[in-house]
Amino acid sequence: MNTKEKVIIVKDLVKDFGSFRANDHLTFDVYKGEVFGFLGANGAGKTTAMKILCGLSKPTSGEASIAGYNVYTQSNQIKKNIGYMSQKFSLYEDLTVLENISFYAGIYGLSFKEIKIKSKQLLEKLEFESDANKLIADIPLGWRQKLAFSIAIVHNPSIVFLDEPTGGVDPITRRQFWKMIYGAANEGVTVFVTTHYMDEAEYCDRVSIMVDGKIVALDTPDNLKKSNNASSMNDVFLELARKKDNVN
Amino acid sequence: MKSFKGFVIKEFYHIFRDKRTLLILFAMPVLQMLLFGYVITNEVKDAQIAIFDKSKDVITRKITGKIASSGYFQISTYIENEDEIEKVFKEGYIKEVVVFENNFAQKLGKDGTAAINIITDASDANTANLLANYTTAIINDFMVKENASAVLPMKINSETRMLYNPELKGVFMFVPGTMAMILILVCALLTSVTIVKEKELGTMEVLLVSPLKPYQIIIGKVAPYVALSLVNATSILLLSNYVFGLPIQGSVLLLFSECLLFIMLSLSLGIFISTSTDSQQVAMLISMVALMLPTIILSGFIFPIENMPWWLQIICHVNPSTYFIVIVKNIMLKGTGFISVWKETLILFGYTILFILLSIKKFKIRLQ
Repeated sequence: MNTKEKVIIVKDLVKDFGSFRANDHLTFDVYKGEVFGFLGANGAGKTTAMKILCGLSKPTSGEASIAGYNVYTQSNQIKKNIGYMSQKFSLYEDLTVLENISFYAGIYGLSFKEIKIKSKQLLEKLEFESDANKLIADIPLGWRQKLAFSIAIVHNPSIVFLDEPTGGVDPITRRQFWKMIYGAANEGVTVFVTTHYMDEAEYCDRVSIMVDGKIVALDTPDNLKKSNNASSMNDVFLELARKKDNVN
Repeated sequence: MKSFKGFVIKEFYHIFRDKRTLLILFAMPVLQMLLFGYVITNEVKDAQIAIFDKSKDVITRKITGKIASSGYFQISTYIENEDEIEKVFKEGYIKEVVVFENNFAQKLGKDGTAAINIITDASDANTANLLANYTTAIINDFMVKENASAVLPMKINSETRMLYNPELKGVFMFVPGTMAMILILVCALLTSVTIVKEKELGTMEVLLVSPLKPYQIIIGKVAPYVALSLVNATSILLLSNYVFGLPIQGSVLLLFSECLLFIMLSLSLGIFISTSTDSQQVAMLISMVALMLPTIILSGFIFPIENMPWWLQIICHVNPSTYFIVIVKNIMLKGTGFISVWKETLILFGYTILFILLSIKKFKIRLQ
C-alpha cells in the first residue's frame, strides 16, 4: 500500500556529541505504509538517529518532521503518534499478558472502554485468549515478541519504530514476525526497522545503509544489489563498507 | 492523569508479586523493631553474680539481700576463698563477684568506712561497666538509708536523674535509629532497584518514548513507596508505643511531617543512585554501603558521635540520617516543637533539593 505521502522527512540532519559527529547530514524520506529498513554496523549512528526521530533527543542542526510534527518543537505530538519496540521486547515479566496490554494502552491515554475492546481484538488476532492471564515470564520468547509488536501498535500510531526486533529469535519465528510487520504495513502503518540480519533487509520495501554517521546508500533491495553487482544484501553491505574504508 | 493511575497500579503489582520486596517492606520493620527492642539492649537483667562474704555479719547480709532483690542480679553462688574467684569467672556464667572484707560491720561502726570489692568480667567491657555501676548504686543507696537515722555533721549527697528516659530503656535509643534505617531501606534501596530494573529490562526505553513525561514516570514509580513508607513509619511507632511503652511526647503531626520529609530525602537519594547505574546489583550495593551502613554506624543511632575521632565525626555530620535521628529524638522523647528542630529540618530539606537537582542534571546528560 505504498503511497507517495511522506510521513518521515529528514533533511541535512546533524547530531554532534562534542567534537564527535554521530549523524552527518542525513537526508531521507519515508512514505506512508512503507517498510523502511535502517541498516548499519554498530556505532554507525543508527540509534542516535532513531532517538531523534522518536522525539527523545534534539538534533544539532538540520530538519526532521515525523508524522507532520517538528522534532524540535513538537516532541509530545510525535510521541503520541509513534509506536516503539525495542530489542528486549520490553514486557513486564511479573504482569500477565492482559495486564501488559492494559498498561501500555493506558499510558497512551486509551480509555478504559477502548482498552477492553482493543485487548479483546488483540488477543483474538494473536490467538492468545486462553493465555490472557498467564504471566509473561511463563510464555515463550516468540510469543512475547509478537505480543510486544502488537502492543507497540495498540494505540494506532502512524509510524512504528522497531529497534532490532528479531534479536535472539529462531528463523521460523522471525518469518512469522515479518508477516505481522507486513500486516501492519498493509493497514497503513509505516514501519521503520533497524536490523543487523542482512537477509531481513530483503524483506524491506527500501533500505538505507549507514556507515560512520553517513547514509551511503538508499534504495530498494533489488536496485542496491544491481548497482553494487552483489547477489545478496550481505554482499551489498560489505561492498559499501569497503568503499567507505578506501575513501578514508 | 488516567495514564498515571495505571502506572501506579502497575507498580503495586510489581511490589505485591515480588516476595523479596514484600519481605523487606513488611517483615523487616517489625523484625528489626523486635530485635532492637529485645535483643540489643543496654539494660541489665538477672545478671549472674557470686558473693564472697569474708565477714558474714548483719550489714553484709543486708547489702547482699538488697542486691539480690534489685531485679538486676541473681546470686547464683557463694564462694569461700580467693582462689574460687578466678575459677567461677572461668566457668563463664558469673559476670561479677562482690567481695566484702573481714569484720565489715565492725570496721564500718568504728572507722566509718569499710571496703567492698567489686570484680567484674570485663571480657565484655560494656556489660562489666554497667554491672559495676549498678552495684555501686545499690550499695550507695543502702548507705544513704542506713545513715539517715544516724546524725552526721556534714554530708554531701550526689544524686543523678535520668531525664527523658528515666528507666534508661534501650528501646528509647533504638526507635529513632530504626525508623531512619527502615525508611532509608524502603525508600532509597527499593526505589533505586525498581527504577534500575526498568532500565535493565529495556522497559524504561519504551516508557521514555511514550507520551509520559520523565517526571511522571519517576513520580509514578516512587508514589507507592511513599505510601508504604508511611505505613511502615506508623507501624514502627505503634509497635514502640504498645509493645515497648515508648511514648510520643511531642506533636504526632510534626513527627509525621518530618518522617515525610525524610522519606522524600531517601527517595531523592534512591533516584540519584538509579541515575548513576544500570545494574540492579550495583544499585543495591551502593544503597547498602553508602546509605545503610552510615545510618546504622555513623549517625548516633548506636554509637555516640561525640566519642568518635574527628574525621568520623565529619562523616556523621554529612550523613542526613544523623539529623533525622536528632529530630525524632527531640519530638518523641523531649516533646519539643518545630522551633527546636528547624535547623535539622532545613538541612534535610536542602539535601532533598540537592539530590533532586543532581538527578535531573544526570538524567538530562543521559538523554543527550
